[in-house]
Amino acid sequence: MNVVFWGLMPLDTGGGEPEEGFQAPGVESFDLPPLYPGAPEWLDKYTLMAFVSVILVAAFWMIMARKNKMVPTKGQFVGETAYFFIRNSIARDMIGHDFRKYLPFLIALFSFILVNNLWGVFPLTLLPTAASVGWAYGLALMSWVLYNAVGIAKHGPLGYLKHATLPAGVPKAMWPIIIPLEFFSNIIVRPITLSLRLFANMFAGHLLVLVFVLGGEYLLLHTDSIVNKVAGVVAWIFSMAIFGLEVFVQSLQAFIFTVLTANYISSAAAEEH
Amino acid sequence: MPLPLELVGSLGIVGYGLGAIGPGIGVGLIFASVIQGTARQPEARGAMMGTAWIGFAVTEALAIIGIALAFVFGFVGAPQ
Repeated sequence: MNVVFWGLMPLDTGGGEPEEGFQAPGVESFDLPPLYPGAPEWLDKYTLMAFVSVILVAAFWMIMARKNKMVPTKGQFVGETAYFFIRNSIARDMIGHDFRKYLPFLIALFSFILVNNLWGVFPLTLLPTAASVGWAYGLALMSWVLYNAVGIAKHGPLGYLKHATLPAGVPKAMWPIIIPLEFFSNIIVRPITLSLRLFANMFAGHLLVLVFVLGGEYLLLHTDSIVNKVAGVVAWIFSMAIFGLEVFVQSLQAFIFTVLTANYISSAAAEEH
Repeated sequence: MPLPLELVGSLGIVGYGLGAIGPGIGVGLIFASVIQGTARQPEARGAMMGTAWIGFAVTEALAIIGIALAFVFGFVGAPQ
């Protein structure tokens, strides 16, 4: 079995010769050069995908919002289903009666993240935008500013601080423990986990695809053993199943990001119990 | 005497494997409860799934932080 493992693991035979064989994909697989030589450094594939997805999302909702009829056409039905999904199962369920104000933001957030995640299985790009951590940070920062602003607008700066860090009914003796913990959890950790959840899912998913596709390619084309060639073909076939899993994970992460944003907004705007 | 076969790589990945045990059990418990609840009261499935996804996301956060830290710390002091 040593022969099969040879291609799958970065092995060092102990000698001093330059490393040969399979180079496993790692973090460096995500550092992309600028789009064309001489382009500014920020203008890479991630930026291009994000810009295209802004255009796609805006075009989709503009076309869907136009010329709506009493008896919907097929296209209008698609738009309405998407709209009602976000409106009813995310915004209304999470925020409650006051959800209409936040609906445009949640719809934009969900569709933007969904399109950007699905770039990861689109044949021409094959890379989710949020696999570059900066994009996930930006999205989480937007949610963080929004839910804190909602809370401050509703309770006032000091009132919101009390609301966010002190749950009702905590005895006074517990305050020195509860207040720093709640502050840490609600103000500091929330945006970090929000962004890391999206980033790490996209990153790990893309890495998984890379391992199967590149490893399969190496086993099939660069080794001689027949066992390795069979393993390479199996890895390629299995990578299709990984793509199926990725579609699920990508849609789920777009949904979860939006649900959690709505949840944070509702907890910031909640009345005292 | 040098070992005939030496593994190099990141110990952070092993740490991530250990760190994924807890969230794995937690996510399993969440969906086990949803399945049980659905079996007992099928019409409450929608309400349970909403809460379950939030619980899933919060539980999964630990594993997610783990994989991020595995990559952050994994390359500190790595050979070459």
